[in-house]
Amino acid sequence: MTPENLIWVAMLLPLVAIALVFIVGEKSPNIRESCTIGISVALFWVTTRLAGFVFSGGRPTFKLGEMLPGFEIAFTVEPLGMLFALVASGLWILTTIYAIGYMRGHHEKNQTRFYACFASAIFAALAAAFAANLFTLFVAYELMTISTYPLVTHHGDEKAKKGGRIYLGILLSTSVAFFMLAIAWTWTVAGTLEFTPGGILAQPNIDGKISDFQLSVLLGLFAFGIGKAAIMPFHRWLPAAMVAPTPVSALLHAVAVVKVGVFSILKVSIYIFGIDLISETRLGEGANPVMMSDWLCYLAGATILIASLVAMTKDNLKARLAYSTVSQLAYITLGAALATSDSVIGGGMHIAMHAVGKITLFFCAGAIYVGAHKTNISDMRGLGRAMPLTMGAFLLATLSIIGLPPGGGAWSKWFLALGTVQTGHFWLLAALMVSSLLNIAYLIPIPIRAFMTPIGETPMKFKEAPMMCVVPLCITAVGSVVLFFFGNEIYDVLLPIASSAR
Amino acid sequence: MIEQLPVLVIVIPLMAAPLFVLIGNRKLVLLLTQLVCWTVFGITVSLLSRMQYGPISYELGGWPSPYGIVYSVDYLSAFVMLFVSGLAAIVITYAPKSIDQEVHHSKHSLFYASYLLCMTGLLGMCITGDLFNVFVFLEISSLSSYALISLGKTRRAPLAALHYLIIGTVGATFFLIGIGLLYQMTGTLNMADIASRLQAVESSRTMLVAFAFMTVGLFIKMAVFPLHTWLPNAYTYAPSVVTCFIAATATKVSVYAFIRLIYVIFTPQFAFERLPLDQALMAFSLVGIFVASTAAIYQTNIKRLLAYSSVAQIGYMLLGISMSNVGGLTAGISHMFNHALIKGGLFMVVGCFALRIGSLKLEDLRGAGKTMPLTSFAWVVGGLGLIGVPMTAGFVSKWLLLTSALSLELWPVAVLMLLSSLLAVVYIWRVVEILYFSPASHLAQTAKEAPMAMLIPTYIVIGSTIVFGCWTVYSAGIAQAAAKSLLGISQAGGIQ
Repeated sequence: MTPENLIWVAMLLPLVAIALVFIVGEKSPNIRESCTIGISVALFWVTTRLAGFVFSGGRPTFKLGEMLPGFEIAFTVEPLGMLFALVASGLWILTTIYAIGYMRGHHEKNQTRFYACFASAIFAALAAAFAANLFTLFVAYELMTISTYPLVTHHGDEKAKKGGRIYLGILLSTSVAFFMLAIAWTWTVAGTLEFTPGGILAQPNIDGKISDFQLSVLLGLFAFGIGKAAIMPFHRWLPAAMVAPTPVSALLHAVAVVKVGVFSILKVSIYIFGIDLISETRLGEGANPVMMSDWLCYLAGATILIASLVAMTKDNLKARLAYSTVSQLAYITLGAALATSDSVIGGGMHIAMHAVGKITLFFCAGAIYVGAHKTNISDMRGLGRAMPLTMGAFLLATLSIIGLPPGGGAWSKWFLALGTVQTGHFWLLAALMVSSLLNIAYLIPIPIRAFMTPIGETPMKFKEAPMMCVVPLCITAVGSVVLFFFGNEIYDVLLPIASSAR
Repeated sequence: MIEQLPVLVIVIPLMAAPLFVLIGNRKLVLLLTQLVCWTVFGITVSLLSRMQYGPISYELGGWPSPYGIVYSVDYLSAFVMLFVSGLAAIVITYAPKSIDQEVHHSKHSLFYASYLLCMTGLLGMCITGDLFNVFVFLEISSLSSYALISLGKTRRAPLAALHYLIIGTVGATFFLIGIGLLYQMTGTLNMADIASRLQAVESSRTMLVAFAFMTVGLFIKMAVFPLHTWLPNAYTYAPSVVTCFIAATATKVSVYAFIRLIYVIFTPQFAFERLPLDQALMAFSLVGIFVASTAAIYQTNIKRLLAYSSVAQIGYMLLGISMSNVGGLTAGISHMFNHALIKGGLFMVVGCFALRIGSLKLEDLRGAGKTMPLTSFAWVVGGLGLIGVPMTAGFVSKWLLLTSALSLELWPVAVLMLLSSLLAVVYIWRVVEILYFSPASHLAQTAKEAPMAMLIPTYIVIGSTIVFGCWTVYSAGIAQAAAKSLLGISQAGGIQ
């Protein structure tokens, strides 16, 4: 198959999965889930084939046609989107296996709808990853919001309704009020929405059409409009989404949905503005002009710290992980806002590193819920004896999230830190350091305490969650360590996105 | 035969209507009405497909223009006629079960005759090139719609119809006064002829007065805020089928007449430069959008909720028209089409609820998502279209309007328009939550899913909002061609 064909095949596969899931339906759950697993494996195979081509320098393009006069739905695969698609499709396999264990172990209803919506979210993630222009990206972005709403409100109770309201309310309103406006503004100024190496707003024909201050405002519209990146104060939807079943929180609210957000911000920074434009445009007069994205850097820094602090106060494990995600997403936004080649590569790497680490943590949270029916951290003392595999995996993934070797996260944080130094943002360097300490403070105690039996109690008996739950989380935990040894490869693969800007 | 098509659009339903009253057998009349509607739809399709060879001008009775009446078909009128007749056909296909339940059997043949007359009136307003003829057809459609509305089940229906009749007649009279003044100044009723003679007398005060009367008259018919008071009651108390048809088409045809008034009879320069109508329109539209959308949020009856939403949506069409560039006009015309599909589809969903649940109060619809899953899902899809989520028809018009506003640097308009569309999220999602997340009411608990005879037409309309959200060659594409020809921009090779 040519790479061009691989693109549409990759996006068609989740749609086939939706159809199969609905055709088989509740009649035979085993066949239904086998369909999903089969398709997800096929998808991963297709994306790896595509990756081989893209990482060796190819940029396959596939045009679907004009959706509106002058606005095309088109797909071009570049390394950043390829990496994201690889991560999403690879983790989809594991999540599906995990979901079987979780959803059945937990006797959830409406599983057909669940798997169908899941596949459509993967479809939206791929469409966003491969998008060749902002318009396509926006369509995929909105599609993802809508298709994940039934997953968030899966339980259909009052709590789900409230969570869903916040979820849809924030994501839809930011995207309509800011993101859409920003896209239309970009189009009015540049006359194109095509992702262009070097940035379409940095092209010579834009000169004078938009002032430096307006550029900064436009960046703000993008940053706040892409609510999925969960920059404060538009982060509330992410904790609210935790009412969803854990597989949803794991794949969508640690990987697919949130990463579409930060991925979009990186795309905007690299291909719409161009990192040179962001880093060279200075606002203000006199001796100390500031970078046009300075305010976003500091906002991201603040989000990193505040979200970490809030995470410490949460006793519910999923809520703590959610705030941890808010904090980690801001790292990637920071990478985009610092706009050096190392910082954007660090941001891109962090998409993969954080994805594998955080999905493990969510898998663990779900396994603990299914296996031991515990949701609060304070109840998890001594649980390590009962669930050693789960808790061991938790510990490994924690290392990656904190950024300690041998966790993969060490590399991405290293490059982000380099970015702060290169641009002279020493306060942000300090923020990154403090945040790592905070990560240690709110994550490490969980597995440590779990392995220590409280005094005067007998150690718990071995009782792991179903194998379907435990195996995927062990794989991802090992994966988060393996990624550490492939830091160099990922760096090389992502290098073109930064160098093409020159 | 082919060259007679323009007149057949009018003659067939106009002759059929009185005939059906005479036939009287309600089953036969129903079948024949459906046949007539689909035939007319077929004719409009063939008229539109002929547009690539240029506009058609048909002289009625062979009398040459400007002495006789001329029927003129161009992109805009063919497009509007297409969706008016298309929706008339699909709604009447959907109608039988709903009418059986809501309208007394003895009145069925009268109902179908009025329905055809109403369609005739709306199509006539589109096709005619004679200004007085527009008034005649306006009255035909209005009078028949008063009759249709008064057939509603509750005793409030005749009252709502009377209310509409009084206000509607004021509107029609204003329109007629305007025509009279124009005739006085130009001595002709043919639109093209008026346009060519207008320049000589354009600066006179009489012209201003004539224009003002006609504008206000049409505003009433369009239900532009604050002249919308007739609409919520009329839509709420009319039989479901009537609401589907009228909500989808009637106000749009008045918008169409308004476009003709500004762009064909008068000129945009007259309306927007000599008079500050563009700013007035923007102000009225935006205020109307916000007020009516907010009102929709607080409704307790699902039909009334949609009625207020219709008042708001007219605002988006007028916003596009007021921009008087290709982009804006394209957005306005596309939204006429897109909104006709979306609102027609949503009212069809409401008709299904009315049939099975028997009440349209939101509290009685609680939990209907479980017992009527297909109907409820159709609401979700249609609602997404109304909100303007990508891949729905509503997004197309919203995007066109937004880019057009920004290219004219109308920043406040762009921002307010986007913010106002968030209000639609609130009122649509309020119903979604009621359908899916509330404990079932006793009416919804025992309700059955709507019959396939109604669901299939509903899904055809709702499905088309998705189709025209992804593929716009024949919606926004034709709208653009119509906009270009209105603005006198030549186009190479027909529709792009």
